Amino acid sequence: MTTTTENTLTHSIDIGSLSRAIKTKDEVVDTCLKIEDLNLFYGEKQALHGVNMEIPRKKVTAYIGPSGCGKSTLLRCINRMNDLIDTVNIDGRILLDGEDIYDKSVNVADLRRRVGMVFQKPNPFPKTIYENVAYGLRIQGVNDRRVLDESVEKSLRGAALWDEVKDRLNDNALGMSGGQQQRLVIARAIAIEPEVMLLDEPASALDPISTLKIEELINELKEKYTIVIVTHNMQQAARVSDYTAFMYMGELIEFGETTELFTNPGKKQTEDYITGRYG
Amino acid sequence: MDNKNIGQHISKQFNEEMEDIRNKVLAMGGLVEQQIEQAVSAFMTCDLELAEKVIQQDDLVDSLQVDIDQECSEILAKRQPAAFDLRMLLASVKIITDLERVGDEATRIAKMTMRLEKTEYYHEQYHEIRHLLDMVKKMLHGSLDALARMDTDNIADITSNDKIVDQEYASIIRQLITQMMENPRNITRTLDVLWSARALERIGDHSCNICEHVIYMIKGRDVRHSSQDELEQIISDK
Repeated sequence: MTTTTENTLTHSIDIGSLSRAIKTKDEVVDTCLKIEDLNLFYGEKQALHGVNMEIPRKKVTAYIGPSGCGKSTLLRCINRMNDLIDTVNIDGRILLDGEDIYDKSVNVADLRRRVGMVFQKPNPFPKTIYENVAYGLRIQGVNDRRVLDESVEKSLRGAALWDEVKDRLNDNALGMSGGQQQRLVIARAIAIEPEVMLLDEPASALDPISTLKIEELINELKEKYTIVIVTHNMQQAARVSDYTAFMYMGELIEFGETTELFTNPGKKQTEDYITGRYG
Repeated sequence: MDNKNIGQHISKQFNEEMEDIRNKVLAMGGLVEQQIEQAVSAFMTCDLELAEKVIQQDDLVDSLQVDIDQECSEILAKRQPAAFDLRMLLASVKIITDLERVGDEATRIAKMTMRLEKTEYYHEQYHEIRHLLDMVKKMLHGSLDALARMDTDNIADITSNDKIVDQEYASIIRQLITQMMENPRNITRTLDVLWSARALERIGDHSCNICEHVIYMIKGRDVRHSSQDELEQIISDK
């Protein structure tokens, strides 16, 4: 370290200003979603076994696990997508801000407005870029051009897509690249300002650069939204999430801080899976 | 958690790479142990040939360090290891740094032997450091044993010895100061004994560091700045 008599040239850095330097262990976890004793059956077959977990607000929570372990099924429970399958039976509770989303009084359309979802394959509507993003507001009855313009721009900016598409908002969305389409779908989801975003393998069909853009976007989105992501890519879970849940055969095996889970997992099954060993 | 088996990856090649690193670290440990044994033996018996051999062996230790470092960084880049695999690689990189320094201390003793041979005082007994040598040899051996068996059971005993080594070192210094005061003509020889004692004391410290890295590897807990009590607590934690 360089020191001078006036002490003006020292390399002194305020350690407190290094946000990543010291882990904030005492951070209070604010629960957004609480899953209680959730069991799910596809007909006779039980796909989820007594899952209990609390998903923190404005954090990224990732589900990892081998194919068929129930992670997508669990994700779909959070906005009642499984209601669309006739043979599904669910017991247990999922509380969103303390309110059971499976309660009879809950309006499912309203729930899905609060809990947005993005799928593996981008699914833009065969409409213009503008209309894709404005769709959610339009079906809510908003037709004021000024309000729509503002919301479209804000959402596209939020999805880090605005600069790429601002000159061709009236082009058909299907003409965009896969990575752009996925970000458009995310823009469409955030246009209606949900509280929770569910991402089901949002980058698995994209090239590495588009994947990085989506990951960067997830990191920005968590300032405003609670994000739950399912991914097959363990490194992706490690990169983007704050908390990770490992599932196996329909059971939640381990749930904890991502850094801890990837450096020092508590369960042998988790260790075997993330290190690529025979389970 | 059963971490003793570093194999069982779905990728056989990954198993082989990890096994290779482990074997090389252990081989390097063996070489370094041999180096100290021989360096001190050469020092005490004025065996120049043996001292020369210790100095030459250091090149091999150095090149192993570079090799293992390189392999670890390749695995990190290629395989993005996690959990135990990640900790093992990180710990290996640190362990070989300590081992290389132990090798340097042995080389230092060997070089001193070559230089001292030319002085008139050389053929006196260097009995002062015999006891210290035995202690640090045991510490290094124990730490490498823990690494080989991936087992933290005996580590608390090894690290608790460090305090005794430090006391022994302090008592050697007191003894040597008295000698210097009694016979100032003897100062050169006494200083050399002092430097060797210092080298041995450092080897004790490096052995403790290796133990700490082994705990990190197996338990996932960083004990580098923990007290002996905390360390024992962490070892007994399931």
